[in-house]
Amino acid sequence: MHDATYQGRLHYLQKQLMADYYAELTASAEGNGAPAAYLLIGGNPVELLRAFDMLPVYPEVNALQLAVKKNSLGHIQSAEDMGYSTDNCAYVKADIGMYFAGRKTPFATIPEPSLLLCNYVGCNVYLHWFDHLAEYTKKPAFHLDVPFIRTASGRPTREDIDYVMRQLHQLIATCEEITGKRLDEDKLRRAIELSSETGKLWSEIKHLTKHRPAPYDAYFDSVTMMAPLYCLRGTEGGLEFFREARDEYARRAAAGQGPLPREDVRYVIEGPPPWPYLRVFRDMFARWNAVAVASTYSTVGGLWEFGFAHDPDHPLESIAEHLLSWNLTNRNFLQRYDQIERYLDEWNAEALVIHSVKSCRLFSAGQGDMREYFTKRNIPTLLVESDLEDPRYFSEAQMRTRIDAFFESLAHRKLTASASASGDKA
Amino acid sequence: MKFAAGVDVGSTQTKCVIVDRDGQIVARSLIETGAYVTRAAERAFDEALASSGMSRDDVGCVVGTGYGRFRVTFGDLQITEISCHAKGACSLFPGTRTVIDIGGQDAKGIKVLDGEVLDFVMNDKCAAGTGRFLATAAEALSMSLGDIGELSLQARNPVRLSTVCTVFVESDIMSYLAQGKKLPDILGGIHSAIAARTIALVRRVGLEPEITFTGGVSLNVGMVHALEERLGVPLNVCADSHYMGAIGAAVFAMEHGLARAQEA
Repeated sequence: MHDATYQGRLHYLQKQLMADYYAELTASAEGNGAPAAYLLIGGNPVELLRAFDMLPVYPEVNALQLAVKKNSLGHIQSAEDMGYSTDNCAYVKADIGMYFAGRKTPFATIPEPSLLLCNYVGCNVYLHWFDHLAEYTKKPAFHLDVPFIRTASGRPTREDIDYVMRQLHQLIATCEEITGKRLDEDKLRRAIELSSETGKLWSEIKHLTKHRPAPYDAYFDSVTMMAPLYCLRGTEGGLEFFREARDEYARRAAAGQGPLPREDVRYVIEGPPPWPYLRVFRDMFARWNAVAVASTYSTVGGLWEFGFAHDPDHPLESIAEHLLSWNLTNRNFLQRYDQIERYLDEWNAEALVIHSVKSCRLFSAGQGDMREYFTKRNIPTLLVESDLEDPRYFSEAQMRTRIDAFFESLAHRKLTASASASGDKA
Repeated sequence: MKFAAGVDVGSTQTKCVIVDRDGQIVARSLIETGAYVTRAAERAFDEALASSGMSRDDVGCVVGTGYGRFRVTFGDLQITEISCHAKGACSLFPGTRTVIDIGGQDAKGIKVLDGEVLDFVMNDKCAAGTGRFLATAAEALSMSLGDIGELSLQARNPVRLSTVCTVFVESDIMSYLAQGKKLPDILGGIHSAIAARTIALVRRVGLEPEITFTGGVSLNVGMVHALEERLGVPLNVCADSHYMGAIGAAVFAMEHGLARAQEA
């Protein structure tokens, strides 16, 4: 049964919590709050910053919020006026444009950073993004060099883990210098405990979409929950939100309620959403009663559903593991295939949709091969292209035609298959 | 129900086809789409009806397709042009396994089996290698679209274009004219460049014969020749290939109308 109040309570709670978080950002910007540390989503080591009472600020989250609120284009164009190329990642341009527009957004005033923690150097553009911010803000940038996973087993080597842990010790020294406080090990342990519990709940939530119908959309609803997952992870409030979310979705799953009146198609989706057209994009799937039962993008910040949880007894080591192997962006392409295959198989999905974005060549390169890989395995696969931040790359008519044609052919194929199956019986 | 209609509202032209119960085309019309999409759809429908002396009541079901499909307000159903081109191609050429469709702004490849779409690819956000590219080239040479294909067949040493960009092709053409290259050789180069780009696109879904060529550009004999030469197999093309989206929509409309009558 379709439920008009779907997500009502949870949605309200998230709004509240995020409003509180943004109020903290504004307070910090006005000089009445905690020192801000900018960091990146990929494997974010937010727990370490919590131990120093530093306020985590994600320029990517700010950029996507600007896009959702239809506020990105002006900032992108200001950055282009400064000389940033049209081909440059639009997250970077929106953020730089916003920075020079006084850091004022419809949701918060973004504080100046005390530390620029570039925890994802796999993307060369991101590395330069934080270097540019260091130059503009005259604040220190700390680059955490996290090696890509390159072993056949998909596990990091002992040397990789030690290499990252040594840098985490250097990072701790940097944070001590900036805040004038020694590392509070109890605080770190508490943050890791909270993260660990949050991760386990998030994993439970992810597994709930194995139900038929799935109790929520594992793309459109999951990406919304990424904000509390990154901005509030390692806090009591964050844990409370995910407890509520687990309870709510478990209740819906037990009651056979889904996000749409009907669930005709279960699909897996790869790639970030077109944030400036989130609602339009969502409706393109909803009109086919298509529900995402798993998404790779919701694992960019961390991949919890395959068994990872932070370990309070080994805080730094589990932060290193999170950075190295338990987030989508640092995994190799074959691991990305495996992840999708597991979703298709264990979550019982029948199709794959890939949304490739112009901004992120690092992430999108290889998606043509990915499409071929799954097509050869008889998984109906659709590849569409636009952008995650720049509204100029979204062509509604073209996008709609591709998505409609894909679901038309899926529906037709199912019809033929069921006709021939009933013919066989007769 | 004796007749059904398909209305294909494309980016450049709007086509309407009416079929009988055997799928035979009994009427067709073609007009420029212009700025008023719903009116264009209605006009195309009315012209097709008038050409065969029918009224709207004679047509039991209408399917809208093309970019303007949601503006075919009198239609019973909307189906994408991808499904319709596949349906139309398989209805006229039942052995079709691959459809190459080149329209005003789109180039697409569709892999089909028994009228069913198995996979498809389309050009993205760029009019390189579409009908618009040919139109720009024709304009740059002050020629009509109908003549350039014919003349390209006389190419002896086709030039190699440095671009398939619809915007930059003009300067490329000008530079070849300045070098004194012959018109048929320039046109041969243009057609061959589009053929290469189209084939590279369609290869992504596989290029299994029989291959049916549809869309407005299929009327261009130079394009048919350039594609056949590169592919090494003959293409299914007919005088109605241009109407393929509307034909497919009309066949869908007939199926839908008959199924609806059966349910009632």
